[in-house]
Amino acid sequence: MSHPPYLSPGYRSTLLRAPAHPPVPFTADPDTIELTSPVFGHDEVGALDHDLTRRHAGEPIGERIIVTGRVLDDTGRPLRGTLVELWQANSAGRYAHDLDRHPAPLDPCFTGAGRCLTDDEGRYRFVTIKPGAYPWRNHPNAWRPAHLHFSVFGTAFTQRLVTQMYFPGDPLMPFDPVLQSIPDAAARERLVSSFSLDVTEPEWALGYTFDIVLGRTPVENP
Amino acid sequence: MTITPSQTVGPFFAHALPYPHDWELVPPGHPGAVTLEGRVLDGAGDPVPDALLELWLGRTGDRGALRRGDGGVSGFGRCATEPDGTYRFRTAPPAGPYLSLQIFARGLLRSVLTRVYLEDVPDPLLDGLDPARRATLLATRSGDTHRFDVRLQGEGETVFLDF
Repeated sequence: MSHPPYLSPGYRSTLLRAPAHPPVPFTADPDTIELTSPVFGHDEVGALDHDLTRRHAGEPIGERIIVTGRVLDDTGRPLRGTLVELWQANSAGRYAHDLDRHPAPLDPCFTGAGRCLTDDEGRYRFVTIKPGAYPWRNHPNAWRPAHLHFSVFGTAFTQRLVTQMYFPGDPLMPFDPVLQSIPDAAARERLVSSFSLDVTEPEWALGYTFDIVLGRTPVENP
Repeated sequence: MTITPSQTVGPFFAHALPYPHDWELVPPGHPGAVTLEGRVLDGAGDPVPDALLELWLGRTGDRGALRRGDGGVSGFGRCATEPDGTYRFRTAPPAGPYLSLQIFARGLLRSVLTRVYLEDVPDPLLDGLDPARRATLLATRSGDTHRFDVRLQGEGETVFLDF
């Protein structure tokens, strides 16, 4: 099993929010609306929406990175034209969110939100800056490893995925209850991006790759 | 291929995922429009102020799902809960008896998927449920407003689905 269980006591917020009942298995029929998904058009995504470093008058502070990968189904088929949303903290580990009270500086040149549609090979590509680690109050001296949040749609509402991408070699990963909520070590590893010299652009930005594999649609898994 | 594990949406998505008019699948005054509203509650019965709900009607409208305000109709909507845990959508009625609702939140390591039935009708899903839990999928109606609370845990826990 890839996904974490709903209840993961090390991550305190699950205690009152994890459903106690297991989800009810339901066999889809052809009229089941959850087998379809909203479609997003190219006219809905701006030409610079994938570049989080060019949304303000100046460039954000931080280590410029390129993050790219493919969105696939579990047979390896690319999902074309699917919407990928990305959000993150700035290089100091602070979100541009009213309720983030971490005493680290906000960056007036960085909001930390982007989106793009996958191309014909299922590929997405973002330009951004590497987010910082930040403390949270889950337990004493708790720190989140640097991560990017991803949201992906797929072709069925049942495939909808929100996840987080981590950076290779981050020493905070073994201590993070969110990542460690995934019981299987190999599954956790699938959330860690790979550094890529091929994606890295000389004199400009480091490159990371991160593929996203969505679950089956119920029709394919009767 | 092995699938990518889910992770929580976390508490800090409000600067990224909501977009203008995201909760309005149809414009004000749209013929036949219904309002769907309610609260998201945790296992202590307390409101969940940092949930994100997505509503899907199973059909794409005549405008895109992300661009709003042109008077068209969409089949997809998104709403972040208020500090008191409330959410609201304005939508065209679904073709069938139900709408699909997906919920993300801090503390939910994976989204939960449920259905909002606007009418209590014979239905393959409803009819297969424990009668005591069936009511958790039925919205209650008052005029053009349908009320549907999502209880993540505990007394009256909403039925969530696994396809």
